[in-house]
Amino acid sequence: MSADEKFDAIIIGAGPAGAACAYVLAREGKSVLMVERGVTAGSKNVTGGRLYTYAMEMVEPGLYKRAPLQRKVVREQIMMLGTKSAVTVDYADFEFGEDVPQSYTVLRAPFDEWFAAEAEAKGAMVATGILVDELLEENGKIVGIKAGEDEMYADVVIAADGVNSLIGQKTGLRSDITPHLVGVGVKEIIELPDDVIAARFNLSGDEGAARLALGCTEGTSGGMFFYTNKGSVSLGIVFNPEQAAKRGKKIQEILQDLKMHPAIAPLIEGGTTAEYGAHLVPEVGLSGMPKKLYRDGLVMVGDAAGFGINTGVIIRGIDLAIVSGLAAANAVIEADGAAAVGPLYEKQLEKLSLMPSMRLFAGWHNILEMPRMFSEYPALANDAMRFMFTVDGKVPARMDKAMLQIVRRHVTFGQLLADGWRGYRAL
Amino acid sequence: MTIKRQSAEELLGLNKFNVDEGHPHIILDKSICAKCDEKPCLVICPAVLYTLKGGEINFDYAGCLECGTCRVMCKNKGITGWNYPRGTFGVSFRYG
Ligand SMILES: Cc1cc2nc3c(=O)[nH]c(=O)nc-3n(C[C@H](O)[C@H](O)[C@H](O)COP(=O)(O)OP(=O)(O)OC[C@H]3O[C@@H](n4cnc5c(N)ncnc54)[C@H](O)[C@@H]3O)c2cc1C
Ligand code: SF4
Ligand code: SF4
Repeated sequence: MSADEKFDAIIIGAGPAGAACAYVLAREGKSVLMVERGVTAGSKNVTGGRLYTYAMEMVEPGLYKRAPLQRKVVREQIMMLGTKSAVTVDYADFEFGEDVPQSYTVLRAPFDEWFAAEAEAKGAMVATGILVDELLEENGKIVGIKAGEDEMYADVVIAADGVNSLIGQKTGLRSDITPHLVGVGVKEIIELPDDVIAARFNLSGDEGAARLALGCTEGTSGGMFFYTNKGSVSLGIVFNPEQAAKRGKKIQEILQDLKMHPAIAPLIEGGTTAEYGAHLVPEVGLSGMPKKLYRDGLVMVGDAAGFGINTGVIIRGIDLAIVSGLAAANAVIEADGAAAVGPLYEKQLEKLSLMPSMRLFAGWHNILEMPRMFSEYPALANDAMRFMFTVDGKVPARMDKAMLQIVRRHVTFGQLLADGWRGYRAL
Repeated sequence: MTIKRQSAEELLGLNKFNVDEGHPHIILDKSICAKCDEKPCLVICPAVLYTLKGGEINFDYAGCLECGTCRVMCKNKGITGWNYPRGTFGVSFRYG
């Protein structure tokens, strides 16, 4: 094989991790091949979602302005759903929309396709519609990929193939994903006119709202997400699959029930569902990551490496994927010789604040795994509100006694203490 | 349109699929499924592609969303083969 048949890097998967990596490598003059199994980049990808803009700014200042993003998020909303009630917190912060807006809602099919095209414009070769089957290995080193009958070689292979990373498993770096490590997301895209979206969510111009809710998953760990796009909204639920299986109600039906909830239905009324998607998401943060993210000739980035942060009010994956792709690109650029790439990649992950952030949030999934977070506590919040706002002409119970009763109806003090302790330790 | 509950078939009908006829990307060994008591696939497949017919598992790969949930949840290994569809085949999301 001659040197000119060999790429500096081959990237498997054109999600945000792969595209960010390809973009930077090509811009810095490296020869890059990015292989994607979808007909177009993005056609296999489903997210919530929203993109935190800082990650794009790290790749290149101003790059986000060219991206097909949806609405800049200025309203952060949290909901606790009861059976026929809801507590909603609406935090409007217009500074989030100033200068470089903090985050945008995003649809992955157009976004990923755009990002791959940007990488291509910088000189990366993008091959879509090709499923990578195998890694090529010589003397313990990864030297390339195999897709059907075709073999392609590179100094470094970058596994950016997502959460259900069949390639990642073939590296020997990570074991198969287990139900504990992931959530299942199901989602509908519901088309609605922009003026209707603006009126229902109190938005003007290109402003957007992002909403998360608890209490809608039939007691299963998980929650609702709701994002306003241009001309559509994204409505979905993320579940722990193991708990969902035990409850025995079809995931698809739980989403349909949510659509009909009296606090949700008016938000989507008159809308038309245009697409139904599902995807896995890494859920346990640092503890779900492989111990080592590289071996000779290969590094793992994005969801394949298990990057993901979920605090209950913040969901991050796309931004982490982009930053890890950037870290891998920087490592390839800095390295003299393929063997140096892996250790440099780990250094970059520290320098770009990715691993420090993962470590900071390492315990959070323990809070989100408390079963009472998804049924008892949302119900308790709704009952407390009902008490405070009820007037029926009778003499109401004393506030302190009533509140005590409401708490007791849902949890014991032992459980409260245990959850409080668990929460405290998790931080 | 008024918002309503939609069946899995209705929802899948909205998506764009290019089915790889004759090349299922998920393969079951129904004799193993017959011995699987929990059958989580019936509940957790977002596309509801696993159904029971006369007590036997029935599976149709055509509407697969390629999420991987069944692969992760099938502890009893009735799924003997799970791969992504060959390049260009399967679902193509227009929104994502
Ligand atoms: C329901 C849901 C909601 C979410 N909400 C948010 C959110 O609001 N904000 C946020 O930041 N994150 C969110 N996330 C997480 C986020 O979507 C992921 O972290 C992100 O997509 C990871 O990017 P990636 O590039 O690593 O992987 P992916 O986007 O999964 O890309 C992997 C790519 O590799 C391709 N591929 C896989 N195998 C092969 C192969 N063998 N050969 C060729 N190509 C292959 C795939 O087709 C795909 O294009 C959410 C996830 C889900 C499921
Ligand atoms: S991959 Fe997902 S959609 Fe496809 S059959 Fe399995 S669970 Fe159902
Ligand atoms: S979970 Fe697996 S083994 Fe059990 S019925 Fe479903 S496919 Fe078969």
